[in-house]
Amino acid sequence: MKAGSNLEKVLEAGHFAVTVEIGPPKSANPESVRHHARMLKGYADAFNLTDNQTAIVRLSSLASAVICLQEGVEPVMQMTCRDRNRIALQSDLLGASALGIKNVLCLTGDHQTFGNEKGAKNVYDIDSIQELLIFKKMRDEKKICGGEELEEAPKVFLGAAENPFADPFEFRVTRLAKKVNAGADFIQTQAIYDMERFEKWMEGVRERGLDKKVHILAGVIPLKSVGAARYMKNKVSGMIVPDSIIDRMRKAKDPKAEGVKICIEQIEYLKTVKGVHGVHIMAIAWEEIVPEIVKQAGLYPRPSV
Amino acid sequence: MIIAEQKPLKEIIKNLEGHRKILVAGCRSCVAICLAGGEKEVGIIAESLRLYSDMHDHLWEVDEITVERQCEKEWVKEIKKIVEGKDAILSMACGVGAQVMQEIYPDIRVVPGLNTSNMGAPEEQGIWREKCAGCGDCVLHLTGGICPIARCSKSLLNGPCGGSQNGRCEVNPETTPCAWDQIYHSLKRLGKLELMEQIIPPKNWITSHSGGPRRIVKQEAILTAEEKAAKGGLE
Ligand code: SF4
Ligand code: SF4
Repeated sequence: MKAGSNLEKVLEAGHFAVTVEIGPPKSANPESVRHHARMLKGYADAFNLTDNQTAIVRLSSLASAVICLQEGVEPVMQMTCRDRNRIALQSDLLGASALGIKNVLCLTGDHQTFGNEKGAKNVYDIDSIQELLIFKKMRDEKKICGGEELEEAPKVFLGAAENPFADPFEFRVTRLAKKVNAGADFIQTQAIYDMERFEKWMEGVRERGLDKKVHILAGVIPLKSVGAARYMKNKVSGMIVPDSIIDRMRKAKDPKAEGVKICIEQIEYLKTVKGVHGVHIMAIAWEEIVPEIVKQAGLYPRPSV
Repeated sequence: MIIAEQKPLKEIIKNLEGHRKILVAGCRSCVAICLAGGEKEVGIIAESLRLYSDMHDHLWEVDEITVERQCEKEWVKEIKKIVEGKDAILSMACGVGAQVMQEIYPDIRVVPGLNTSNMGAPEEQGIWREKCAGCGDCVLHLTGGICPIARCSKSLLNGPCGGSQNGRCEVNPETTPCAWDQIYHSLKRLGKLELMEQIIPPKNWITSHSGGPRRIVKQEAILTAEEKAAKGGLE
């Protein structure tokens, strides 16, 4: 065991893992994180706290993760390279570990021009692969990036994101391999709608034996409306939403129910894909729907390990 | 070369308020090539200032001059006669030229006429693109001759982010190619794709501006005290 987190135990025991995203509020009020943590307790093995997602200023992922701990649910703290240099990243990792956070997701981060502080000076001192390298070195060698010894190493299960739908497609498996070599213990993918392309990517992943070295959690986003589907297809870079999905949403009498249905079908399918070890549900601003999805997908109750 | 563009005339005028004897000083190097501060642009700006002054009874006296290179002391010193008696110089050079101008004429206010943007090259007529961020430790040999520091919006060193699609950068898909998509294809053409597999470790930014203002010393080129004295006598 690298960190002994619940997520790590579930994955190591060979269960099909479930992680769920909780978006921190644009506020100093902790109640929404608390509320979501309470409501979702038991429906996932760990909960991702996003780090100023799409470069929008929000309650910090570190604070949100601690609120989750107070509510007795396990956090996955996201950490982007956009806003911190290696000094701040390493310091926050030590702090997070000291506070009991055992899962960390290393991300490059969305560019600040997408958010509500477009004029910000970005950092990007390191990229997500280098972040993994540094964190692994801290955990396994008890050394910071610059080489100095730590009195006590942080204990963290390290995650990273991968997007099978970005370009150049041929490089995406190599990029995953780089993340695994750099230290990723688990991977959460971008939301999958184009199953064919995902399957092709997974083929490449299996060919290189990467599914044996890293736990892959496939990302899903339940759709609320046809508008949301179109938005993701047209506006979110690095996402592919096939027309068949848009059609289904357009024709549905009850689009929300249809969205849930599609999501459950996707999870059922992903369970059968060799090398996929779990799902990561991102119900952006629709966290309420998660228990229903988890139950209907036959993933409830969660294993106790 | 250094790419710059002119400040809006309104801003230039505002920054010149309170001065009377103004010299518009251009540069025949980079900023002339990127059509921002060469002889022609100096002429247009000087004329605009004169017109503005006439319309507003400012009684500005506007002279103009364009030097070979405003970033080199020798050229800047040559215009001493014209500079004398002026109370402001509108420098139509890059930020480097404007600063050298201020160094040589410390008692005269130098006002920038350009916004200096980047180190780049012309892409086609009328379009210039950034190419180098001057990081001081070049990695072009690893990246197929395409700079990830200057040309990737996130300065990534290990391949494209999740936003790279159809060869475009997520930050400005209409105008900006994804540098890492270009790097991938360049390395593929060069038969060097294995370089994409290598993990490039965290960069040492000490050679960049992160290490403070930089200075390069070429010992053998520095003149001895004697040589300096001899040269001074010839000037
Ligand atoms: S790697 Fe550094 S020196 Fe080389 S082109 Fe890019 S910014 Fe310039
Ligand atoms: S899309 Fe390409 S150029 Fe833009 S930030 Fe991502 S990797 Fe860099």
